[in-house]
Amino acid sequence: MATTHAEHHDHHEMSFWEKYIFPLDHKVIGMQYLFTGILMGILGAFFSYVFRMQLAFPGIEVPLFGLVTSAQYNSLITNHGTIMIFWFAMPILVAAFGNFLIPLMIGADDMVFPKINRLSYQIFFLSVVVLIASFFVHNGGFGGAWTAYPPLSAKAEYNLTPWGSILWLVAVVLEFVAFLLGGINFITTLMNSRAKGMKMMDIPIVCWMIVLASILFMASAGPLIAGAAMLLFDQTIGTGFFDPARGGDPILWQHLFWFFGHPEVYVVFLPAMGIVAEVITTFSRKKLFAYKVVLFTTFATGILSFFVWAHHQFIAGIDPRLANIFTVTTLLISIPIAEMLFVYIATLWGGAIELTSAMLFALGFLATFLIGGVTGVFLGASGADIYFHDTYFVLAHFHYTFVPIAVIAVFAGLYYWFPKMFGRFMNETLGKIHFWGTMVGFNGIFMPLFFTGAAGDHRRIFDYSNFPELAVSSLHHLRIVATISVIITILFQFVFFWNFIYSMFRGRKCTENNPWKANTLEWVAACPPPHGNFPVMPEVYRGPYEYSVPGRELDYWPQNEKV
Amino acid sequence: MIELLRQSGSSFAGDINNLILLVTVLAGFWLIVAEVVLFWLIWKFRKKPGVKAQYITGERKEEMKWIHWPHNIILVCDIFIIFFAIKVWYHVKQELPPAQSTIRVIGQQWAWRFVMPGADNVLGTKDDIETVDELHLKVDTTYHYKLESVDVLHDFSIVQFRLKQDAIPGRIMTGWFKPTKVGQFDIQCAEMCGIGHGIMMGKLFVESPEEYDKWIASHTPAEATSH
Repeated sequence: MATTHAEHHDHHEMSFWEKYIFPLDHKVIGMQYLFTGILMGILGAFFSYVFRMQLAFPGIEVPLFGLVTSAQYNSLITNHGTIMIFWFAMPILVAAFGNFLIPLMIGADDMVFPKINRLSYQIFFLSVVVLIASFFVHNGGFGGAWTAYPPLSAKAEYNLTPWGSILWLVAVVLEFVAFLLGGINFITTLMNSRAKGMKMMDIPIVCWMIVLASILFMASAGPLIAGAAMLLFDQTIGTGFFDPARGGDPILWQHLFWFFGHPEVYVVFLPAMGIVAEVITTFSRKKLFAYKVVLFTTFATGILSFFVWAHHQFIAGIDPRLANIFTVTTLLISIPIAEMLFVYIATLWGGAIELTSAMLFALGFLATFLIGGVTGVFLGASGADIYFHDTYFVLAHFHYTFVPIAVIAVFAGLYYWFPKMFGRFMNETLGKIHFWGTMVGFNGIFMPLFFTGAAGDHRRIFDYSNFPELAVSSLHHLRIVATISVIITILFQFVFFWNFIYSMFRGRKCTENNPWKANTLEWVAACPPPHGNFPVMPEVYRGPYEYSVPGRELDYWPQNEKV
Repeated sequence: MIELLRQSGSSFAGDINNLILLVTVLAGFWLIVAEVVLFWLIWKFRKKPGVKAQYITGERKEEMKWIHWPHNIILVCDIFIIFFAIKVWYHVKQELPPAQSTIRVIGQQWAWRFVMPGADNVLGTKDDIETVDELHLKVDTTYHYKLESVDVLHDFSIVQFRLKQDAIPGRIMTGWFKPTKVGQFDIQCAEMCGIGHGIMMGKLFVESPEEYDKWIASHTPAEATSH
């Protein structure tokens, strides 16, 4: 797990136990988050394989799982969603990259609060244990969808998972506590521990993005934690916050959930954009186009993201007049997001683009995220959402945002920083095979689902043969294509895991500190950096993206080089 | 366009179809432009021996216009879409045309119950017809529905009508539709409602006035006709 890889290099006076199980080093904590996140991602992907098999071939014995009951099906989809957002996307994008990169990229020796950092991972680990325990209790795991709308989630007589739903909720809250602790650390560290000379506008975009994501998370999580406490009381001690029979209101939960839930999209989106910014500037040898525009559109997105939540609830029984306001805000948020993507595309202009594995994934992110963004317009437009709400069109749309964010951008980051993390390179040929396999597989899963959704396939249905209009062979063939694509995508991930694990121990050694000839400070440190990161604390003289500056012989200009 | 995937069957379905078409054309066009530009740049500026990348800050006015023009075009497209989205929304969800008939729709784990007004066309009288998982409607009639739930959230969804509305326990949601096509359609529950969510379906029969009257006559409860 999180620890086995590291036994091989740099032993010093600390015991194994101190160094890898209860670490204070931000890099080790980052790796703990990374490996836990990857393992949870494997679990979430396995769930998706099981329920896709059930959808394509209803009633078969799914290999490695067996027969899927409708209760299991609901639990699989619920926990697939929960895991992929809270235990895969967030720990990797925010916590793993945040922990690993922020101190290194701003030239600090560690986080400001290393012990809070360690506590953050420990609570996160506890949340994983609680979540996994919830699958094995009486009547199995929670199956009321990842949004957990009451009254279904509030009463065992409705959801039939008396323990599963409670443990699920406790796990989510623990995960939130972990990320609040982590967020405090990121924000404080970025504000207080920057290298001498690093001004606000010299901070690499990825650090900005992770910190802004943490701020968004902290500002939005409060209402949901309050809501979760109320829901927990409804489940356990019989309060009626969401019970209409006793004066409660089930819609209240939806507001609290989505007030968090929509900014949450940007909590994972921003770090992904940050990673992509670092990768495309390095491999096109270009200065980031309009750094300040990126930053200000991020602020605009962050603020606007608090005013769009009810677009998830257009037809949920809110006042229909309210929908008009949220249509306006939702379509307006397309502007800063589109602007960011334009900036990234514009950055490529005049570059010298080298298609390494990391760069392929970064460009793949842009190409696929565009589809996710554009299909969101159908759903933000209230009149059209009446038709698309709760269909597979929605599902395909948000997977075209989340898969680029949490999978494709993460791969870009891993291929890019792998030498810094482990002191060795990943194999580029295998990386490219992995890239093309993932791209073909991913599009093969979700392209057909746009069409099944537009034809009326509603979500979270265990078996479409109950619906004569949907049980037709034309739609069913599309479902089978999607399922086969899931299997293809998963098979290509074995290429990645082989490459990752093999390269960690046997890959080509990284003999220089700055193999990609990049500008940011993490490349000043050794590969991999020791505890404390830098032999001499670096000073910063310029911004992070001074590539191909006219009049210089080298096409890069590290932030810490005096001249 | 969406008609090719699922035919329409209500008076407002066409408006929703047109809105979807508008978004498809605008968003689809700009998606294609963006993708083409992206791939063209990747090709045009691929690394060539001896060619150095350019130094462009993107902060000068003539560079910024490459961002600002697309930005403004998107704003204009957004305003178009907002206008038509709200127009359709207002027509379907906000404005309630006078009803020619009213039905009750009750969601419960995991079935739909329907109460139809019977021969007198008034709800709450003895000749009301109550059915489970089967709804009969008269074509070209404006209906109001009173949507309720007895337990958890459900969603009353008829794909051909382009109709969706959540049912919430403790509330009565009022909405409308006007069927325009005779035929048999699926009624879905489009909100997760527990382990039977996947079997919660009803059948909708939209009938000609004669057929409908015949059905009403044959299903009017005995006690309503006895005196």
